[in-house]
Amino acid sequence: MSPATTLATVFANAVDFAQLCFAIAMLFATVRLVRGPAAQDRVLALDTLHVNGMLTLLTLGIRSQSTAYFDMALLIALFGFVGTLALARFLLRSEVIEP
Amino acid sequence: MTGDLPLWVTIPGTLLLVTGGLVTLIGSLGLLRLPDFYARMHGPSMGTTIGTATVLLASLLVSSAATGRPVIHELLLTVLVVMSAPVSSMTLLKAARHRAVQRLK
Repeated sequence: MSPATTLATVFANAVDFAQLCFAIAMLFATVRLVRGPAAQDRVLALDTLHVNGMLTLLTLGIRSQSTAYFDMALLIALFGFVGTLALARFLLRSEVIEP
Repeated sequence: MTGDLPLWVTIPGTLLLVTGGLVTLIGSLGLLRLPDFYARMHGPSMGTTIGTATVLLASLLVSSAATGRPVIHELLLTVLVVMSAPVSSMTLLKAARHRAVQRLK
């Protein structure tokens, strides 16, 4: 087995490892989302959850070498930011859009 | 699948992916284990900054090697995350402080 092939196998294992790490991180965030004592803990857990989901989609894109996953990651980042901002505004002012 | 990637992709890509995965995992463990909300704010920002930067860099390397030309559209997501993460965490922190003050009154 040549060194380049061995390193390609190591790289594929690194992609698997990163995906496993992101999956466990999403599990931790879900536990905090269910358990969280206050509402702001739940919002923070949701923010962590969408960042980890975006990273999982990026590693899926690395694994399959296609650019379709990148667009999904971009959309998740965009809508996750808007959702976190709306929830934080709701906790701050009790309404999302100022009258 | 990844058998045709050159060496300048696999070696830094492996290091970046392992680093990003471990840092994100440690950050989410901090979200689960730290005792206070203000302490818990610190954990996930590790994943948002270092995790996103390393995985986006690895994705940039892999897609550049796969298409045979420099691909920089990953930088768009980097700019988006860099601009949005401080805004959301500062708003959330302000909301948490506002709620704590309201509870004391």
